[in-house]
Amino acid sequence: MTQVTQGPAKTRAQIQAKTLRTDPWYRSPRVTATGLTIIVLYLLFASFANTDYIFGSYISPLYSPCLATTCTPSDSSFFLVPWLTWLTPAIIIIGGPLGFRFTCYYYRKAYYRSFWRSPAACAVAEPHARYRGESRLPLIIQNVHRYFFWIAIAFNIFLTYDAVVAFKNPYTGAWGHFGVGTLMLVVNAILLWIYSVSCHACRHITGGRLKHFSKHPVRYKAWTVISRLNNYHMQFAWVSLTWVTLTDLYIRLAAAGVFGHGRWI
Amino acid sequence: MTDIQRYSYDVVVIGAGGSGLRAAIEARLAGKRTAIISKSLFGKAHTVMAEGGAAAAMGNVNPADNWQVHFRDTMRGGKFLNSWRMAELHAKEAPDRVWELEAWGALFDRTKEGKISQRNFGGHEYPRLAHVGDRTGLEMIRTLQQKVVALQQEDAINLGDPEARVKVFAETTITRLIVENGRMAGAFGYQRETGGFVLFEAPAVIIATGGIGKTFKVTSNSWEYTGDGHALALLAGARLLNMEFVQFHPTGMVWPPSVKGILVTESVRGDGGVLRNSEGKRFMFDYVPDVFRAQYAETEEEADRWYDDQANNRRPPELLPRDEVARSINSEVKAGRGSPHGGVFLDIASRLPAEEILRRLPSMHHQFKQLADVDITAEPMEVGPTCHYVMGGIEVDPDTQAAAIPGLFSVGESSGGMHGSNRLGGNSLSDLVVFGRRAGLYAAEYVDATERPAVSDAAIESAVAEALAPFERTGGESPYAVHADLQQTMNDLVGIIRREHEMEAALKELVTLRERAAKVSVTGGRAYNPGWHLALDLRNMLVVAEAIATAALERQESRGGHTREDYPAMSPEWRQVNLICSLDDDGRIKLTRQPLPPMRDDLLALFERSELKKYMTDAELVSLPAGDSAQEGNH
Amino acid sequence: MAYMANLRVWRGDHGEGKLVDYSVEVNEGEVVLDILHRLQATQANDLALRWNCKAGKCGSCSMEINGRPRLGCMTRMSIFDQDQVLTITPMRTFPVIRDLVTDVSFNYEKARQIPSFSPDPATKPGEFRMQQVDVQRSQEFRKCIECYLCQNVCHVIRDHEENMPAYAGPRFLMRVAELEMHPADMADRRNIAQDDFGLGYCNITKCCTEVCPEGIHITDNALIPLKERVVGRKYDPLVWLGGKITRKQHRDTPRVPGKH
Repeated sequence: MTQVTQGPAKTRAQIQAKTLRTDPWYRSPRVTATGLTIIVLYLLFASFANTDYIFGSYISPLYSPCLATTCTPSDSSFFLVPWLTWLTPAIIIIGGPLGFRFTCYYYRKAYYRSFWRSPAACAVAEPHARYRGESRLPLIIQNVHRYFFWIAIAFNIFLTYDAVVAFKNPYTGAWGHFGVGTLMLVVNAILLWIYSVSCHACRHITGGRLKHFSKHPVRYKAWTVISRLNNYHMQFAWVSLTWVTLTDLYIRLAAAGVFGHGRWI
Repeated sequence: MTDIQRYSYDVVVIGAGGSGLRAAIEARLAGKRTAIISKSLFGKAHTVMAEGGAAAAMGNVNPADNWQVHFRDTMRGGKFLNSWRMAELHAKEAPDRVWELEAWGALFDRTKEGKISQRNFGGHEYPRLAHVGDRTGLEMIRTLQQKVVALQQEDAINLGDPEARVKVFAETTITRLIVENGRMAGAFGYQRETGGFVLFEAPAVIIATGGIGKTFKVTSNSWEYTGDGHALALLAGARLLNMEFVQFHPTGMVWPPSVKGILVTESVRGDGGVLRNSEGKRFMFDYVPDVFRAQYAETEEEADRWYDDQANNRRPPELLPRDEVARSINSEVKAGRGSPHGGVFLDIASRLPAEEILRRLPSMHHQFKQLADVDITAEPMEVGPTCHYVMGGIEVDPDTQAAAIPGLFSVGESSGGMHGSNRLGGNSLSDLVVFGRRAGLYAAEYVDATERPAVSDAAIESAVAEALAPFERTGGESPYAVHADLQQTMNDLVGIIRREHEMEAALKELVTLRERAAKVSVTGGRAYNPGWHLALDLRNMLVVAEAIATAALERQESRGGHTREDYPAMSPEWRQVNLICSLDDDGRIKLTRQPLPPMRDDLLALFERSELKKYMTDAELVSLPAGDSAQEGNH
Repeated sequence: MAYMANLRVWRGDHGEGKLVDYSVEVNEGEVVLDILHRLQATQANDLALRWNCKAGKCGSCSMEINGRPRLGCMTRMSIFDQDQVLTITPMRTFPVIRDLVTDVSFNYEKARQIPSFSPDPATKPGEFRMQQVDVQRSQEFRKCIECYLCQNVCHVIRDHEENMPAYAGPRFLMRVAELEMHPADMADRRNIAQDDFGLGYCNITKCCTEVCPEGIHITDNALIPLKERVVGRKYDPLVWLGGKITRKQHRDTPRVPGKH
């Protein structure tokens, strides 16, 4: 028993189980996958529907800005794209917000975990034989996130404009209207701004890239605020996405005449 | 002897804490091939436990601070038993060593001007501790670790081998120093991973193994702290100094039982925390001893004003040196005014806003939340004394850190003298780097001037036999049982308050424990076998325990980390005496008295005569130089 | 208060081993490490176990408890049901030495590859002036106690051992971020963060952050900001163009020690 054990090549402890976790680790990826699937399916349906996206002075956030020449006339219709009439106005622009969300650091985590299962949960073996992550094509493209951030900002400007226009009376065109749709669009714009501004790319651009905060007090202040919001980026991602969906749903149902025009003023 | 791996180095540093790493860096910078022996993994050493900071009179927060004031505080803290030369070198060189760490990448907390911020601490007249929140030790060891790596990277690029000139032997324990013809020749030990033996042939060995806390039951120290360096030096023929001085940190956790002893940083008090008994009274006002009367506040109002205006108020008594606070807590608990789990209350919650506590004391908050389920921003902590540090250690030359055997050096907690009878908080981290550098430097010089003694086969054979002995025995006791009894004995009989008959009983018990330890047997193989490791560590703890008990029995006075119930006063006569331990031919502790070297006149002049009177004999006072008062007052 | 806990502890060496059942006493306020120590002192003297400070400050007692990477000293027994079986295994990503002790030398090799702190050589010790707001980002990363739980949990190497040469792991990518954000550091490690230390392998699934016993926001504060910085140096055409126009030079990329 006193011999030195000069062992063979070292190996890991041979434990066959793919995880020894006893807590319900599978719950969170399942919830995420279910939620994302439902919302994405609805948004696809709504984007291809090409009807019922305008109700009075309200325009569905999925269809704004409405660039195609086939657009239903509204304050947010620009009739700029004559050659893509076979696409719905929503599909023309979907790349912007979709790209922003697809490359968002939170959503990346969400779908890598819940759909790609890489990994489904911490300390749970993933099913793939090889893994290169975002080190090469295709996923290296995720690094374009900061460009989508600027695109998202442009969209936010349009959607803010839509929220302002929603204060117009749909029949008379006079200002001072305030209905359920107005509220939906205003909240929608606010949530999208918070979601975009709280993003990691924005945090980097504002101040994260600096080496010396002390030389840029204003940017440091902004970075501090954004960093605080950034802690809740996941929550903002979900709330804003859900709200966009609900806003479209409201306008769609209202336009289809399912219910009347809810208004306070 | 085929299974012994042999290495040849210029300098072997035993211990990879702050002092060992600093020594190794210096030896390597001097061009010496250096081995760092680490009992655990690289970067895990006990230095990470240091929380408060590194004391250095940089004067960043209060420009009135300078090395003279720091020197005075250190001598007062140590009750004038310090090696004054070490205290002087320490006070003078600490700022440079701290700045050097910064140049190696350390990120201390900052002042508004961008300098290193400094905090208040017990016994320090001015805010003096360079710190990073309450994890300064971690910052220090990581910085030194990364400096070692930086040097290895240099060697990788220039010499093609990162380990060409400095190599870390992780999880390697030295069991013997090898002396040939009266000079250091090397060190022998084993590697935990395989249980294989290693021999380091080297003309210079630096002991930087830290302390002895694992000899006691309630301790803030980790398993590594088994007095290895102290014992190795004794066994090799070197001498230990003033081993009776063991510091009990006043604030260790007391509940739950499994974490009893874990440290609660002094910064809690430095940042405004106060001690209260079960009646809600700030009892420390009742315990200010005469020697400190002039410097400490007498009312709560004055004490509270001090945090904002230190020029016009005196310090709160919670910031007395550690020995005073520990004894006071002990008295309160004994008088029946303790907290439910046998400590007292340390309250920061009512003194600072929650955010501020979280910013200044994040790891304390974390520690209490996780281990005791106590939110220190809302409730007080329960604390009590815990064995923390040994002031005694290997007797070394104050300038070079050289021990009695040519080629042997020691630094940090394993060396003695610097802190006298009681160490001030914050002085150990700076001690590590100040004397670490010196040890490395003078070890390198020694190597240049000496031949390389060869290690004899006989020395190796006897080291191997000793290390394997626990495997040869069967049916003996478990080393864990002997260790537990040793810890209990030391805790009960040689603890914070000492009595003659108890120490005599302890010495008797140690004889029995020694016999038991000689019979322990271990099961399992040699690879990573903690039972075997403990069996080997027992020898070290037993010899250290005997040194502590013997010296404590001898010193008939109370001073710093040595409190005798039967001799409660400090004695000027005993201040002139260092107690030296060595081993006799039977391997038992032999005690000799040795006079302290007299302090240099210019250093004496830093104190007022009235203060020296409290420490010195009449004969000493008569021979003081004329113009006896300090150039500046104490305040 | 005391009860007997059912433990299943992985015992073995060089990969071969099995889960062994034990029944060990548990008292109020104890942590998993206490229970393992009691097991060691009473039933399994030679149980190999790494630990040091027992206060969550040194990062030695990393292990997996019921499949979750944790520090033994900071895991209180009270979080488990008394009748629950506790399965305790060594960290899965690293080769096992014996029982719960693993060979973590991978981490020390990676640490040695990251170019060290490189201040302006003209700044002498004592002359550094840094503001608190400038040091606090790196200070968060320097709270790291090197328990390597993040390295252990990261699927990039946990599930794909073959990625180990190309990927430094969260702890050391965080070290790169720490130096990048160090106000007095002059080197530019962005290229090598991607090319030599494998930042691109990270898919920000945040397990490192989840297991960090120090609560460091590894992903949000170190890895993602580092990814954004790398984009700025390697992939952003506008930044590249801006650099050309203003003739701003990038700082030098230091050599990776051990690579030629």
